[in-house]
Amino acid sequence: MLRDITIDYEKITAKNTPKECMISSGHRACQGCGEILAMGMVTKAAGKDIIVANATGCMEIVTSPFPQTAWKLPWLHVAFENAGAVGSGIEAAIKVLHRQGKIKKKPHVICFAGDGATADIGLQSLSGAMERGHDMLYICYDNGAYMNTGTQRSGATPFGASTTTSPAGSSVPGKMQHRKDITRIMAAHNIPYVAQASPSHHLDLMRKIQKAMSISGPKFINILSPCHRGWRSKSDDAIALSRLAVNTCYWPLFEMENGKTRLTHTPKEKLPLKDFLRPQGRFAHLFRPENEWIIEQSQTQIDADWVALQDKGAAGAALE
Amino acid sequence: MAKKSLCAWQDLALGAAILAPGSAAKLKTGDWRTLIPRLDEDKCIKCGMCELYCPEFCISEGKDGFFRPNFAYCKGCGICANECPKQAIAMVMEEK
Amino acid sequence: MLKKRVGIEVSLAVAEAVKQARAQVISAYPITPQTHIVEELSTYVANGELDAEFIPVESEHSAMSAAVGAAAAGARVYTATSSQGLALMHEILFIASAQRLPIVMTVANRSLSGPISIWNDHSDIMAERDIGWVQLFVEDGQEATELTIAAFKIAEDHRVLLPVAVNMDGFILTHMIEPVIFPAQATVDKFLPPYKPALKLDPAKPVTMGPVGVPEVYLEAKKQCEQALLDSKAVVAEVLAEAGKTFERKYNLIETNGKKKAKTLFVTMGSLGESVWSAVEGLNEDGEDVGQVRIRLWRPFPVQEFKKACKGAKRLIVIDRAMSPGSVCGPVAQELKTIFYKDKDAPEIVNVIAGLGGRDVPVADFKEMYRLAKKGKLAKTYTLWGVDSNA
Repeated sequence: MLRDITIDYEKITAKNTPKECMISSGHRACQGCGEILAMGMVTKAAGKDIIVANATGCMEIVTSPFPQTAWKLPWLHVAFENAGAVGSGIEAAIKVLHRQGKIKKKPHVICFAGDGATADIGLQSLSGAMERGHDMLYICYDNGAYMNTGTQRSGATPFGASTTTSPAGSSVPGKMQHRKDITRIMAAHNIPYVAQASPSHHLDLMRKIQKAMSISGPKFINILSPCHRGWRSKSDDAIALSRLAVNTCYWPLFEMENGKTRLTHTPKEKLPLKDFLRPQGRFAHLFRPENEWIIEQSQTQIDADWVALQDKGAAGAALE
Repeated sequence: MAKKSLCAWQDLALGAAILAPGSAAKLKTGDWRTLIPRLDEDKCIKCGMCELYCPEFCISEGKDGFFRPNFAYCKGCGICANECPKQAIAMVMEEK
Repeated sequence: MLKKRVGIEVSLAVAEAVKQARAQVISAYPITPQTHIVEELSTYVANGELDAEFIPVESEHSAMSAAVGAAAAGARVYTATSSQGLALMHEILFIASAQRLPIVMTVANRSLSGPISIWNDHSDIMAERDIGWVQLFVEDGQEATELTIAAFKIAEDHRVLLPVAVNMDGFILTHMIEPVIFPAQATVDKFLPPYKPALKLDPAKPVTMGPVGVPEVYLEAKKQCEQALLDSKAVVAEVLAEAGKTFERKYNLIETNGKKKAKTLFVTMGSLGESVWSAVEGLNEDGEDVGQVRIRLWRPFPVQEFKKACKGAKRLIVIDRAMSPGSVCGPVAQELKTIFYKDKDAPEIVNVIAGLGGRDVPVADFKEMYRLAKKGKLAKTYTLWGVDSNA
């Protein structure tokens, strides 16, 4: 299902990696922010013919405090829970204005939202937009909590993580529910393209953006976005941690094109989940003997998910 | 003292929109920094990984092929040093 | 193409008006009693009679959010809602006006839960008085049709650039079959030229819309919108006058009926005004000194025009269609008490809150209200009409 104006693109490689970032320096993201880094990569791959709808959250706040904007793209922020709907409106306007000859080009719509704005408060709006089939790319930058308001738990917060509203206490050792798998929820919408990406694998990430942009209809990409403030880690480890997330299979890299699953990266050596958890203060309490069952349970879950994903990938490959 | 307004309401763009794209570049975030990246040119292989992974988008390739940050924006996070495949970047305390 | 006169359900007449206005994006979610309007619009789109994108959103919150997105991208946008739907939009209504987006919305006025009630009153819009929108109230099908078209002209005027809500009573008006004269399409096209956005989302000229309003600019942003709303009064008057000329009717911000310079005036908004008009006619025939003032423009409130219409009156019987629990009276009466405060010749203001949740208020009841008011037997605060202990 290619776009009506097919973008005949040259696949991004290490040699031709696009360099022009559509977010300027001088933004107010924390030092070492993994989200803005991932978002910058998205804009490099997506190019200039874009309109952005940004949900309320860190990325909206740090890029737009009046009177300056970091955005070099047309950008609209409305509220927290409605990026999907706002994007729908922009896309519909583009369609009709183009059809009526009022605009010459049809810019692509990209929505940016955090995991809270995507998997929790904005799920309805996103689900509606995907179901209606708007031609747009929705990017979730998933840092696993409400970081903008001070690291409160979200539906996407991983099992066992200590947050300001799921604190690790003597009775309850952190968040006692598993992470809401928003990528799979989006896949269940049977949209033409769903993917998971990580800034540590920047070529993979940019190629997914490129591919998504070449496909007509609704697309969803979930990007792991380390936040050292919320993850209680160091300011220099956004890439290192997102790489560990991929290599422990906590955050496998895959895409689902028209329902066919393809793993886009298989770790050379699948590392134990502990390697991803240990550098993060939000999981520190899990390394106490009484809480180790949480790590074990998480590992079991990740192993099972990984096997299932590999099976799906193999099935997808067999279909081709 | 009460905080002053940035401009008269009559001078605001419609709906308080911001009309100058990328104007955040006026804000020099370099003064957030405590550690500063120091490049060892002997070790550097000019691969550009530091540029790719800079969350300030402030590292670029110079005429000599070396990648260096614009210190007006570098917040000193240290990702470039952490990701350098040749350990050619060291984060050192900046003397101000 | 000539104008045509047809017997039509008012909801469908409004849909026809939106079609004649050539709306480009319509986003809507079903809610009674608004639904017939958008059903008809979706049919126009499905049949190719209206070249628009119809977005069947999954909630009213998304209806308004999509409307904001579409208007920001430069399209002429329409939506309609009622009651709970309007309440669900609440958050985004403020943002639509703050971003100066000329969205037109029909509010088929309906009571708010609980208990759940699909019937008519003004509880929904009275909870949204302060959203910064231009707010009109219409009384009959012809007015609903013509002011829907005029609403786009008001909203899109570069001196205004604010969203406009056209309020019409649910069922009482939306579901009535009335004779409506439709203007010729060419007349509408001349009256309402294509929308030219002052600012829009365009990659050729990137603009940041909806940035963070730091304390040093938030106040100025609010002031800009408030001033635009205040200034819109003159534009509304101008457009209504032009609409009157174009459609061969007469539209003022405030209308008066009945005996000139009457001592007692009923004050109404919306379709209940027609029943009051019948009551006033009857009372005038009986020699009673009573008239009627109808508020067409509710926001911005036309203070001078209203005071002028009430000149010489000793008593206003203000009919409210919503409660303001814990306050001194209903919302319209509050407004009027405020504007007359400390005026030397201020009329006495008595307030009757009537017809909540679709409770019938027949013509005879208004006559009864008049008699009670004349004898000073209506409560100083307000009377909740129809509740036994008050009757």
